[in-house]
Amino acid sequence: MHLIATGNKGVAEAVLQAQPDVVAAYPITPQTEIVEQIAAFISEKRLDCQYIPVESEHSAMAACIGASATGARTFTATSSHGLLYMHEMLHWAAGARVPVVMANVNRALGPGWNVWAEHTDAFSQRDTGWLQVFASTVQEVYDTMLMAFRIAEDEKVLLPMMVNLDGFSLSHTMQPMEKIETGTFIPPFSLPHAIDTLHPVAYGPLTGPDEYFRFRADMERSMRSSRLVIRDTEAEFARLFGRTYRETEEYQVEDADVLLVAMGTFGKEAEVAVDKLRKEGIKAGSLRVRWFRPFPRLDLAGRDIVVIDRGYSFGFGGVLSMSIRATSRAEPYSVIAGLGGQEVTYHDMADFVRDRKPGKEYWFGVKDDV
Amino acid sequence: MYEIRIHSRGGQGGVTAARLLADAAFRGGKYATASPFYGAERRGAPVVDFVRINDRPIRIYSQIEHPDLVVVLDPSIMDAVDILQGLKKGGSIVINSPKPLEIPRHPVFHVDLTGIAIAQNLVVAGSPVLDTPLLGALAKMGFVSLDAALAAIRDMFSDERNIKAAEIAFRELNL
Repeated sequence: MHLIATGNKGVAEAVLQAQPDVVAAYPITPQTEIVEQIAAFISEKRLDCQYIPVESEHSAMAACIGASATGARTFTATSSHGLLYMHEMLHWAAGARVPVVMANVNRALGPGWNVWAEHTDAFSQRDTGWLQVFASTVQEVYDTMLMAFRIAEDEKVLLPMMVNLDGFSLSHTMQPMEKIETGTFIPPFSLPHAIDTLHPVAYGPLTGPDEYFRFRADMERSMRSSRLVIRDTEAEFARLFGRTYRETEEYQVEDADVLLVAMGTFGKEAEVAVDKLRKEGIKAGSLRVRWFRPFPRLDLAGRDIVVIDRGYSFGFGGVLSMSIRATSRAEPYSVIAGLGGQEVTYHDMADFVRDRKPGKEYWFGVKDDV
Repeated sequence: MYEIRIHSRGGQGGVTAARLLADAAFRGGKYATASPFYGAERRGAPVVDFVRINDRPIRIYSQIEHPDLVVVLDPSIMDAVDILQGLKKGGSIVINSPKPLEIPRHPVFHVDLTGIAIAQNLVVAGSPVLDTPLLGALAKMGFVSLDAALAAIRDMFSDERNIKAAEIAFRELNL
């Protein structure tokens, strides 16, 4: 069944099909229509789910952790400052090994107040132990949300997962979307360490210096095995439903001399820049990074790399470009563009490629050197 | 690719109009995206919505720089906003107005959407509904078929007055 849907609607439709047992959410700004739509599904009796409206995002995540620890499939959604307010509990969710699934609408952080797209909110949660993926179309939002439950809840993973979509440019943009019959694609959730009141045990007790690190190592073990689970899940999705997703989406890369690397909607519009450059005889390609955690292993040798970064680590560099540098030994031309919803067109992206200076950093729209 | 920019004031239904148009285009076998440009949101503030219609999937998310068509739901907005900005050479304008309007070098079509809505008593919270009759007018322009337009409207609104208003606007646009 096809419909015209926003990214927000894409999330809500997938969550409806995943049939979570518990949704906890803080319903006020910067929240989006995602939780409003889910609340409507529940009141229309299309979704049998405990909806917990809480007093803050911190509480929302705490409620999700508690619910998930009982073996309930659990979902929440947030955005920008809401995500930051969850930060402590994000660490807790990953450490407690509860596979909460969350949608995050990527928006800039204040001050100044700005509700437009940027990736800093999600990048700031880099080290929490959450899996993170970024979508670029409404269809991909929906498909990825469906896969998120299966990936996070897999016994080889059991880590929480965040699906990111760009504020406004994806959350509020309407595109055609195919709803699929998921059948048994999302298996029932069974948490091996679920709270069982008949067999009481202690959760989260003091864990001393001789044990604590073992749990951390185990988290990384699971993060590493998630690569395989992600690959299998995406392959199974492609087999069943005909749409293929990978760690990265490649466009015209095979014979490319220069690659545009970006995330989210920029990564999709970059393909149009590639078409434009190819018409001029410049052999460009585009590589859209979908997975941020686990971060893909990339082979980018022998090409110029132009990274468009929608998030910055002050005193260090563009977060995506530094990640690319660290994992592929490339010396990218780092373009900081699109912060706080700054308008960046495919014409601008083509300019970034033409004017590239490998190893340098450029703040789009800033006249003086930064 | 066909690119349309809709000028309206917050609360006049620009978002819904864009959505209906994209939906109708999709029903006609095209790809379409509708994206509102959000600014400081408040009722009455000038806002723009963008619709792209294409034979192939649309990969552009940035704003429309050079629309083929500009729609003006509230003519008073022209005092505050340059509706011609970036409009393609010879690009058309559809304006909600009971009387014709001359704009040099551009074909201007008018239809009294406000009058049609009021005549149908299609008024919500004191404001005439402009988005559903607009879709009828745009169907006459040939962007979508009238059938697809009416189907998109029916899918979103159960009140048949919306259909009636779209049909009247289809007839009345001075093409």
